[in-house]
Amino acid sequence: MEKNKDQAVIMSENNNNNKAHQDPNPRFASEGCSVLLDVNDGDRLVFARLSGGAVLKIGNKNYSLKPLIGAPFGSLFQVETGEDLSRILPVKKESSSNNVIDDARDNRELIDNNEAQNLTGEEIEAMRREGAKGDEIIEALIANSKTFDQKFQLSQEKYKLKKQKKYAPKLLLRRPFARSICEAYFKKYPNRIGFLRVDALSLLLTMANVTAYSDVLVVDMVGGLVTGAVAERLGGTGYVCNTYKGNSPPSVEMVRMFNFTDKVIERIVQSSINELSSAKTVSPEENNHQEGVHPSTSDMVEDTAVTAEARVVVDDVVLESKIVKAPKAGAKASKEAIEMWKENGFSSLIMAAQDQDPWALANDVLPLLSYSAPFAIYHQYLQPLATCMHNLQQGKMAINLQITEPWLREYQVLPSRTHPHMQMSSFGGYVLSGIRISTT
Amino acid sequence: MLPTESKKALSFKRYIEEGDLVIVYERNDVMKPVKVIKDGVLQNRFGVYKHSDWIGKPLGTKVFSNKGKFVYLLAPTPELWTLVLSHRTQILYIADISFVLMYLEVVPGCIVLESGTGSGSLSTSLARAVAPTGHVYSFDFQEQRAVCAREDFEKTGISSLVTVEVRDIQGQGFPEKLSGLADSVFLDLPQPWLAVPSAAKMLKEDGVLCSFSPCIEQVQRTCEVLRSYFIQIRTFEVLLRTYEVNELKVDTGSMIGENQDADNEESRPSKRKHRSNEDDTISHDNSYNATSVVMAPPCSEARGHTGYLTFAKLQCLYLSLKGWIYNSTSYHVLDTL
Repeated sequence: MEKNKDQAVIMSENNNNNKAHQDPNPRFASEGCSVLLDVNDGDRLVFARLSGGAVLKIGNKNYSLKPLIGAPFGSLFQVETGEDLSRILPVKKESSSNNVIDDARDNRELIDNNEAQNLTGEEIEAMRREGAKGDEIIEALIANSKTFDQKFQLSQEKYKLKKQKKYAPKLLLRRPFARSICEAYFKKYPNRIGFLRVDALSLLLTMANVTAYSDVLVVDMVGGLVTGAVAERLGGTGYVCNTYKGNSPPSVEMVRMFNFTDKVIERIVQSSINELSSAKTVSPEENNHQEGVHPSTSDMVEDTAVTAEARVVVDDVVLESKIVKAPKAGAKASKEAIEMWKENGFSSLIMAAQDQDPWALANDVLPLLSYSAPFAIYHQYLQPLATCMHNLQQGKMAINLQITEPWLREYQVLPSRTHPHMQMSSFGGYVLSGIRISTT
Repeated sequence: MLPTESKKALSFKRYIEEGDLVIVYERNDVMKPVKVIKDGVLQNRFGVYKHSDWIGKPLGTKVFSNKGKFVYLLAPTPELWTLVLSHRTQILYIADISFVLMYLEVVPGCIVLESGTGSGSLSTSLARAVAPTGHVYSFDFQEQRAVCAREDFEKTGISSLVTVEVRDIQGQGFPEKLSGLADSVFLDLPQPWLAVPSAAKMLKEDGVLCSFSPCIEQVQRTCEVLRSYFIQIRTFEVLLRTYEVNELKVDTGSMIGENQDADNEESRPSKRKHRSNEDDTISHDNSYNATSVVMAPPCSEARGHTGYLTFAKLQCLYLSLKGWIYNSTSYHVLDTL
């Protein structure tokens, strides 16, 4: 493990030189950055903030994430012996396309009586204590399996894979993007993001024409996923303004999962619908009072969210030391910005508000857009969107209206074994899109 | 089409000027791109529209023909462009485009390679995603298509973000000068597996490749080659189901004790697709207990298949076991391992 330490040191130097922390598209995982850990090829997705003390629980053991610091995104790690994660190189897979069809073995001889394995749990544990590598344990399991040789070749592969996952788990270090964050949440806590599947999110961004230098109005009640995804596409230009009813802005905690630079974070602002729509500008005192308005509400939000997050999303990561805090997103929009939007309108709108009636909300926020600005409204249910679309038509407020439901199916592609996945998500929500027009 | 600085964002583009590209919107499925010229005219079944009437008007407003009929003038977006561009090849539509952008992890500043250029539908969206500092290198083996694509990108104002070259990617691979520079590569080729080794060479470590193929056999062969260079190989199919919104009269009266003609009462659909040009008056007949209900059935026809999207991430290989070696030339040690 000496090796790993050296590696980390060398790499962290590298990072400092490159100012990796503020690199908008970092290629290395630096200390304090947010990473996505993909355990066993997508079986589990865990977010973590890298620090010397962070550990990840796999099975019933804790592993230090220290070896990950300084490693390039995309690196693969494996538990080789005992306690530590070490970086491994992907094995070049041999093409197994031949002979598959000719294999005539099948499962007629297999009896499911739990007696196929000669090794006992204690024996395996003993091997581990003696420092056996995961691969060695798998070899031993195969050697002691009565049925392994009778298995169809493909079942043998499956068996090996299953044992590898248990005894030599692999961990892939990934850079969090809107895509992976959405996928991870959808897999584990879909209700927190309003069941917004990744293809629906991608549609929202496209339909709202999100691009550099645009001023995107969002109503994000899905934890900041939409806000973050928009900010990712703005790359530190334009603005994403999260608007809300009432006085307390909804949490955009998820923005912390992205490794945004300060430049990007500055472009994530919030302002209430009242502030944006009122003909008169809010008095300057109130605007200067950013800090005054915030601490009570938003710090509290942050605190609870952090603990909730640590408890649930990053549930497997124990943070020993105080984490390096990412700069905070969602400051109050400046008076100048609000004035600018009042005069020119926003260039597009995305709504993803679970508990709100789309029509009531659209009626309030659509007038904040410039003419010809596209919008996309996500909702978990079809009916409220249908009503909203009908009313927009009747009021001649928008054209090019359409309700779409995305459908996504993943495939297993293997030699002679290609087919759709046995399980798929059959519900990714609905999107109403359109273009705001002048009513005159 | 894409703002190059904050003052050129759509929200600042307040009035139509001469030389602007606008999308003339008749209805959902009738749109046309038009370049505004001082003495130009547009003629359609509703009459003649003078461009000079348009200049100085805000985008998103109605303009009228000599017969008093109107159309809307819209700011072009990649989505609208996809609907109006001239098809030189089969093109990618919004569902695939959106998904590709998301999974290729294209963000501002990225370098993206694409082959073939085709009609430039995806290229336009890629340009939007890499703007303002990134770049799209697009390759097509047909001279004519490349020329047309360049003209289109000039017209839509994205030519500074997209370079189109004539090159047979399947045969020659991507140009050496782009080795190790690409964040993402998109392949829409008849035999994508031939281009995979070259694509791997172009990509930065952990870069993403996407291959779009209509046939599963193409996917099969591509995946076999991908496995030597890439990890996280995943294949998807993404489709959209669209819904109509209709206001229907539904009889909510009690069935018992009333003598109704069942045939007449069996829902009276005011079946109208929404059409902005028409008045949405709904015929009011005084049926007994009819209530208006807004309902949304799926459209009866839909695109059933476009293609399979296969994504893969380039393996991270430059870790030598003796320690970290990081220099830009050691990216492609794959063959020597």
